[in-house]
Amino acid sequence: MKVKFAKPETFYDVYERKAGGDQTVTHYCPGCGHGNIHKMIAEAIADLGVQDRTVFVSPVGCSVFAYYYFDMGNIQAAHGRAPAVATGVKRSHPDSIVISYQGDGDLAAIGTAEVVHAANRGEKITVIFVNNAIYGMTGGQMAPTTLVGQRTTTTPYGRSPVNEGYPIRVAELINALQAPVYIERVALTDAKHTAQTRKAIRKALTYQVENKGFSLVEVLAACPTGWGVHPTQAREWIKEAMEPVFPLGCFRDRGAEIEAAPLEPRPFINEDLHEKLDVPSPGLAVEEVVPGTMDHLPEALRNPRIKVAGFGGQGVLMLGLGLATVGMKLGYHVSWLPSYGPEMRGGTANCSVRISTNMIGAPTVAESDLLVAFNRPSVEKFEPDLRAGGMLFYDSSLVDVAPQRGDIGIVAVPATKLADELGNTKAANMVMFGAIAEKTGLFKEDDVRSHLGDFIKKKKLIPLNEEAVAKGAQFVRDMA
Amino acid sequence: MATEAAAKKQAGKTRGHIEIRVDECKGCGCCVIVCPKQVLELSKELNKMGYHPCTYKGEGCIACGFCFYACPEPGAITVYTKEAGE
Amino acid sequence: MAKIILKGNEAIIRGAVLAGCRTYFGYPITPASEIAEAAAAYMPRVGGTFLQAESEVAAINMVYGAAAAGVRAMTASSGPGISLKMEGVSYLAGAELPCVIISVGRGGPGLGNIAPEQGDYHQVVWGGGHGSYRNIVLAPNSVQEMSDMTMLAFELADRYRNPVFVLTDGAIGQMMEPVEFPDESRVPPQKDWAIGVGPGPRKNLVSSIFLDADELEGSNKHLMEKYAQIEAEEIRFEEYQLDDAELVIVAYGIVSRVARSAIETLRPQGVKVGLLRPITLWPFPEKKLAEVAGRRHVQTFLDVEMNHGQMIKDVKLAVLGRKPVSFYGRMGGHIPTEVELVGEIQRQMEMATA
Repeated sequence: MKVKFAKPETFYDVYERKAGGDQTVTHYCPGCGHGNIHKMIAEAIADLGVQDRTVFVSPVGCSVFAYYYFDMGNIQAAHGRAPAVATGVKRSHPDSIVISYQGDGDLAAIGTAEVVHAANRGEKITVIFVNNAIYGMTGGQMAPTTLVGQRTTTTPYGRSPVNEGYPIRVAELINALQAPVYIERVALTDAKHTAQTRKAIRKALTYQVENKGFSLVEVLAACPTGWGVHPTQAREWIKEAMEPVFPLGCFRDRGAEIEAAPLEPRPFINEDLHEKLDVPSPGLAVEEVVPGTMDHLPEALRNPRIKVAGFGGQGVLMLGLGLATVGMKLGYHVSWLPSYGPEMRGGTANCSVRISTNMIGAPTVAESDLLVAFNRPSVEKFEPDLRAGGMLFYDSSLVDVAPQRGDIGIVAVPATKLADELGNTKAANMVMFGAIAEKTGLFKEDDVRSHLGDFIKKKKLIPLNEEAVAKGAQFVRDMA
Repeated sequence: MATEAAAKKQAGKTRGHIEIRVDECKGCGCCVIVCPKQVLELSKELNKMGYHPCTYKGEGCIACGFCFYACPEPGAITVYTKEAGE
Repeated sequence: MAKIILKGNEAIIRGAVLAGCRTYFGYPITPASEIAEAAAAYMPRVGGTFLQAESEVAAINMVYGAAAAGVRAMTASSGPGISLKMEGVSYLAGAELPCVIISVGRGGPGLGNIAPEQGDYHQVVWGGGHGSYRNIVLAPNSVQEMSDMTMLAFELADRYRNPVFVLTDGAIGQMMEPVEFPDESRVPPQKDWAIGVGPGPRKNLVSSIFLDADELEGSNKHLMEKYAQIEAEEIRFEEYQLDDAELVIVAYGIVSRVARSAIETLRPQGVKVGLLRPITLWPFPEKKLAEVAGRRHVQTFLDVEMNHGQMIKDVKLAVLGRKPVSFYGRMGGHIPTEVELVGEIQRQMEMATA
């Protein structure tokens, strides 16, 4: 005699992970559909010859212990999250075969988002959805697929559409999405439909082996214990009660349209990382940076705490970044902190910049030595925080009331107007940069110009900004 | 070409064999109702789990495998085909 | 290596890639979004995976899957998003999966605001998810450390098969500072326990379910032993001007930077103030604090945070009543200023000597 149908070798012979009780039988109740579906999956994986690359993600529900049985890579997932976990596996090992095995509570209630989005992304995984219209493991509570009128422990008077809504049709829901390749609903009832179930599971897994895309097979399966009926009657109930609500059939099969592709592992690329990450490459000649000094500056402007403020879009943050970048290039310690929180409301932006010969503690600037204001609210808000002996630069083309304090240096620069003369008001910030450099002596005008490329990404804007810096510096010289 | 009568005769023959691991059967009866030849039945005996397990009547199996796929237990049923001469 | 100026959030991804991470799953949230944006830009360039998940919950579970598959994987979020991830963190801890999670703190509770806060301390350091578990928690205070500690986080995660958090805040995430990266990049270790392709991985199981009480207790005890080892070997802190300090500030992250400035202002005035900055928030530098508390010159401790005092219980547990511990905190997005802190230190010093 020759064996024709036998326990597939992709099951463990003895279920050693199953502690207590008989290790040759499953933990499932008599007549439970999970066992049949397990058998069909195991058989297909064996026949497809992919046992060593198959990863079975088990859900929360009665099939939480599926890893007792399958001699495959096993991952136990949190309730409803199996498609997300499967995504993590498949993206890490695109050459693996990943099965997300889920019940109705897991997939259609707590995990609705995970399955819908895995399907919508077209994850190349196989979802086996076991719909038995009830929560089995927790003891017969209502599932999202429980039928109208069906009594469960949480619908003791029968599911009422008024209170609980209607059963969710998962295959139809997934069929509303563009990416899935194969969607079919089958039922474990008579021999013909059981054969159809076997075929559907096999097709879904074959498509994954052929690297075709997302498949979902919804299996209407019996929960005789949860339903309180005999296993053979349960098969009848699927036909009579479930099938009218969950019509069987293939909703989509685009398998033939998609060319099979080999399953390739994701290579680990470790070459030229620095270049790819836009950071200085190893072995790159490093310019010697001599630590900067500030001895040439007046006491009040040494190691300045700088606040730059104005409307969003005036290049406030960019000017701050420029100050910090040029400072870094000249051998100072620097920090740049943008306001992005409560102060940003009302369309104003500001940033705090510190340039220091010492390691910088707080990157925040509560009291400033240097204030650069591009609009009137910024002058009003930050002028009081300037330390005595500090310096205020403001854009006099936009700020119409001159600052009043007598214990600070005040420099009015018509930055926007000067930038406009260059043909682009957006260069006002760099006009101001030139003026600040020239007036304070913090940087040389040439240093600012030569380092523009270190913080301005669009290279074609550099000539304009070089002109702007020069114009700002010239304005200060003319003023003197 | 086989005649209709010859086919009938062939169908009546025992072409397969069913082996049931009694102590893996939970007595759900799904294999019994699905068998086209009605060659399976539930035993009057109890197995060690306390179920009336399925038994094969001993002849008439055509090795269709319906019982194998109807059975929720991975290893409870094995179906064989008889080779020529058996 | 030459320095470049980068945002804290952007430095994280550079560090992660150099640490051998090629897998990022995340969900956008201010002020952590630049991490996801940088991952979206750079992961494809290095043959890695960036995926914007449908939710924070999905993102952490994708990390769970990738970690189970043996690769170095990470995610990042802030306040409300970290809350959502906590289910997954508990599973990661239970299944002993290594991964790196960045928490860029923002104002809370609830939707709060997007400004910097250290409001995630409780949920990240002490719990968040269900069950008896601990996360290793690193608290950088500069952009350089954002990169360095992300790299370290991957090493620790694999060394102990445990989730590691980099707990930071919106200010460090958003600020720019010069940063340099190491020449060497790392290749993740082989993980014999991981799921994947091959006959070895086939026999592996990643799970956090132990139905039997003895088994679960055994698993928990194993975790506790591991945590004890981490406590013995991985405590990190930084001290500043502690040798003769009468007042000891305890602060981490951005606040430790402000504290440093306040100390720099007060020391020339003869005020003996120092800083103990925990770098690992768990394991907490408890013994170090206890030792400092026992010093004769130390009169009082000042815990400074950007929350309502989430770390103070850890500080008090370490000080154990030997010296008074007071608290100064700001919330809602306010970073305590140096001026405020100077005032508070002076007030506390007067009280201590009164």
